[in-house]
Amino acid sequence: MKISEQWLREWVNPSLSTEELAHQITMAGLEVDAIEPVAGQFSNVVVAEILEAVQHPDADKLRVCTVNAGAETVQIVCGAPNARAGIKVPLAQVGALLPGDFKIKKAKLRGVESRGMLCAEAELGLSEASEGLMELPADAPPGADLREYLQLDDHLIEIGLTPNRADCLGIAGIAREVGLLNNLPVAAVLCEPVPATITDSLTVSLEAAERCPRYAGRVIRNVDVSRPSPLWLQEKLRRCGLRSIDAVVDVTNYILLELGQPMHAFDLDKLEQGIVVRTAREGESLQLLDGQVAELRADTLVIADNSAPLALAGIMGGEPSSVGSSTQHLFLESAFFSPDYLAGEARRYGLHTDSSHRFERGVDFNLQRAALERATQLILDVVGGEAGPVTEAVSEAHLPARPDVVLRRARIRRLLGFELADGEVDRILAGLGLGVTTVAEGWCCSVPSWRFDISIEADLLEELARVYGYNRLPVSHVQADLVIPAQPETQLSLRGVRRHLSARGYREAITYSFVDRKLQQLFDPDVTPIALENPISAEMGVMRSSLLPGLVSAVQRSVHRQQPRVRLFETGLRFIPGGEGNGLQGLRQSPSLGMVVSGRRFDESWSVASGAADFYDIKGDLESLLGLGRCAEQFTFAAATHPALHPGQTAAISRNGEQVGVVGALHPDVLGALDIPGPVLACELDLDALLAAQLPAFSELSRFPEVRRDIAIIVDKHVPAAELMQNVRASAGVYLRQLRLFDVYEGKGIDPKRKSLAFGLTFRDQSRTLSDDVVNQSMKQVIDSLEKNYNAELRNQAL
Amino acid sequence: MDNLTPLAEEAKSAIAGAGDSAALEQLRVDFLGKKGRVTELLKGLGQLSAEERPAAGARINVVKQELQALINERKAALEAAALAEQLGRETLDVTLPGRGQSTGGIHPVTRTIERMEDFFAAVGFEVVEGPEIEDDYHNFEALNIPAHHPARAMHDTFYVDPTTVLRTHTSPVQVRVMENSQPPLRVICPGRVYRCDSDLTHTPMFHQVEGLLVDERSSFADLKGLIEDFLRVFFEEDLSVRFRPSYFPFTEPSAEVDIQCVNCAGAGCRVCSQTGWLEVMGCGMVHPRVLEGSGIDPERYTGFAFGMGVERLAMLRYGVNDLRLFFENDLRFLEQF
Repeated sequence: MKISEQWLREWVNPSLSTEELAHQITMAGLEVDAIEPVAGQFSNVVVAEILEAVQHPDADKLRVCTVNAGAETVQIVCGAPNARAGIKVPLAQVGALLPGDFKIKKAKLRGVESRGMLCAEAELGLSEASEGLMELPADAPPGADLREYLQLDDHLIEIGLTPNRADCLGIAGIAREVGLLNNLPVAAVLCEPVPATITDSLTVSLEAAERCPRYAGRVIRNVDVSRPSPLWLQEKLRRCGLRSIDAVVDVTNYILLELGQPMHAFDLDKLEQGIVVRTAREGESLQLLDGQVAELRADTLVIADNSAPLALAGIMGGEPSSVGSSTQHLFLESAFFSPDYLAGEARRYGLHTDSSHRFERGVDFNLQRAALERATQLILDVVGGEAGPVTEAVSEAHLPARPDVVLRRARIRRLLGFELADGEVDRILAGLGLGVTTVAEGWCCSVPSWRFDISIEADLLEELARVYGYNRLPVSHVQADLVIPAQPETQLSLRGVRRHLSARGYREAITYSFVDRKLQQLFDPDVTPIALENPISAEMGVMRSSLLPGLVSAVQRSVHRQQPRVRLFETGLRFIPGGEGNGLQGLRQSPSLGMVVSGRRFDESWSVASGAADFYDIKGDLESLLGLGRCAEQFTFAAATHPALHPGQTAAISRNGEQVGVVGALHPDVLGALDIPGPVLACELDLDALLAAQLPAFSELSRFPEVRRDIAIIVDKHVPAAELMQNVRASAGVYLRQLRLFDVYEGKGIDPKRKSLAFGLTFRDQSRTLSDDVVNQSMKQVIDSLEKNYNAELRNQAL
Repeated sequence: MDNLTPLAEEAKSAIAGAGDSAALEQLRVDFLGKKGRVTELLKGLGQLSAEERPAAGARINVVKQELQALINERKAALEAAALAEQLGRETLDVTLPGRGQSTGGIHPVTRTIERMEDFFAAVGFEVVEGPEIEDDYHNFEALNIPAHHPARAMHDTFYVDPTTVLRTHTSPVQVRVMENSQPPLRVICPGRVYRCDSDLTHTPMFHQVEGLLVDERSSFADLKGLIEDFLRVFFEEDLSVRFRPSYFPFTEPSAEVDIQCVNCAGAGCRVCSQTGWLEVMGCGMVHPRVLEGSGIDPERYTGFAFGMGVERLAMLRYGVNDLRLFFENDLRFLEQF
């Protein structure tokens, strides 16, 4: 909402500077977004009349004008196409300073002397762009200072209104606020009834009274639409961001800006008999004022005559019945449309107009007749004519209900935290236009028709606080009973996980939750992802079912920026459709951890020769993470396949037999598709599985020595180490405390189809020193079992 | 006996000249060993008269002890020199970088959320999370934003289907908390939120931390106190804070909160558009209809809610000047946190 400060001050004029006024209304909830002068800085510009304009002898596009500047007559050379005798224009005299520090000097243009410059609007900072000279009204007095004549020492105040404050969508409403805030009276609106001088009228029938409970209109005959709007009217509209169209439209726009009542004028000759406010019929269409043809939906409210729709009610008029240069007679409309109905209606037609903006939020439902009278008077003043009687159709039952609201003294104290003097409450409520009756517990208030946002006590509390001033309200500290929250020790904190990964060199990334469908398909081809109906772009079209596409994209960008080493992790939800219908049924939003590694194993260093990181780097980081919860033994890794991962370098991660994640190297095809040269390792893990920890449980320390035995065995290459270790653990007996795999060897000296693994076994008992016999027996069981189950041959055994 | 003094002098000079511990040991054997020359003198005492013997013996013993002391002393000196030489050899350039992993880091958004969580946890708020794909009811209806309410235009909503959205704020988590528990409630809800808007100052995904307190005594004054304290603690500055009336369908009264610009201390600069103030969050007393809709009696209980954009506060706190950097995951950006 843009308003002219001068216009506002015509209604109420507090002794505040522009800035103070803006601050005051901002702090009352009408946030001022910007303050701009309505014109650029200029001086020595006067009204001038072009007495004569003749062709420049040496330039096709220039004219030599003789100009009456009041005190003197001067010669000006001018290039504007509309420079002609008889018009009044702004003249920047010699010595004038125009916006942009542009100084006007005496000059010769192609040999002809020019003493000043005739100005266009843009040259005076009155508009962004303009064509030709600014033409002033015919009665503008030559020699008058333009700033004074146009009253340009004014500001445009732009207010970002919240949707609840429809009552401030007009100067009058803002003036009401300013009056209340400054305890000043506000000028009354001049809406004296205009007596009918003719009897012509149209019938109005409300066929959808719940949507349009009030419709007022009147006929005005014999208007002269060729007469331009007076300067004051044009200026007011211009300053509020509206261009002058013709006097009738200007007046309706003026009423919209002043009172907040959208109005519409029809060309009476284009109407067939009476006005019908009804819903559109199947197949009806309407050419709108903006030129587009709207195919009307059957539930849309229209203003129609006896044959066809004329206007989209409350949104936009129709082209065929609009006022134009040939219009002689008008039908003027001033109606109230229910916000409940109009909400969203304009948007359905891809429209948003000054009118729909106001009706959607709520227009004062008692304002229509007054606005109509005021508009009539203005139209008669500007374009003449004779007005018929007002026809008003109203369905009282369908007007918005305004039940009284009781404000309890005790609630002021309870919710605002302080006592507000009764007198101050009275003043504020009355100033807002509420009818107030004192009742035992406080105040009973009737709500004015312009306030759609006051229906319960809390609304009144806000009004009190707002007008009194939020910053004058007391400040206190929350008093509450101390509640000690549960602190489950068997739940790792996500923070701990993040810190751990950070300590191991990973940086946390945050990627968008929506990804490119094609990219996601590389990782999750079997899942139909949740798609957005209105994505920002195709690259952000579907909800991720895995964290890896986003992380791998981040790796891709890092690699393309020549980062030699990338380690990233992310935590967040992935969205796994249930598979039924649109996939929302059974949708899982599952917290996950993703990790990616690419490039050098270590930062470049003098001390460590570092190759590219491989599968065992990320697996090591993962194992260290799994160790945080003290239940690493519950997690197992097994060779697996994954659409985006290398078939020989992928492991499924399970916890107690249930798969909870995957780790592996990206498949060369995926690397190729993303144009990433080196290997990329990736891992994804269910966070819940990672975070479930075990409470430490102490076991007695043994006072007896440990016995360590090492063996090396040769087995078939494809036997997984984990399986062998599992077998060793199972066969070694109860005294085995620790099992280490300390060497893996393939190559020279060994059957190429086989490999050597070396294990270190540590034995210990709680209650005695283990004898060699006992340990030997255990070792024998281990070796026998390996031989039997894996065809292992003993390569080496050390005591 | 007459040769005792020259012998002592010879031995002293040899000990002083011994170059290593082996040579020293040899000297000890030569002079003080079982067959050593000083030992031999002691053996010769038997040839002396009984009167002469004690004095002569005492003199020899003095020399013997003196030599032993010198040997020990020389030995210690040689060992010290050897150690010093070894340490010298082992000297490293301690300014060379150490070996092993470098440190990673936490994303500035997470870092900021954790800072907020710490403050509110310290005053008894519990952290609660919820789904990001939400139903229309929890994201809008339950928060007093019916279909076609003009406030919906304030949220550029991503739709998954006509009744399912990507949550536009974390308030639906608060609704779920109210539905599932009775006051007193003190929760904060951090998380990702989504709005269909992407330009220099908007990303289609960002983070919010929203808080809710419902009990039998809280007032707008308490809300002001809590928010002021939070902002001063967060920025570690005694900032001016102001509350401006605003509008949110789910609170009444509603306020927007401005802080004195942290860049120019309120003087007016580019960051605060010359106003000296920065809008940092919204808040208000929970709308009675919202309480009622979630099964809480608004006559008995009152409460307040607040919400802030994490990126906004992170930008102000760390001086980040481009919102989009938060989601580009450029290592050069991430490495700064």
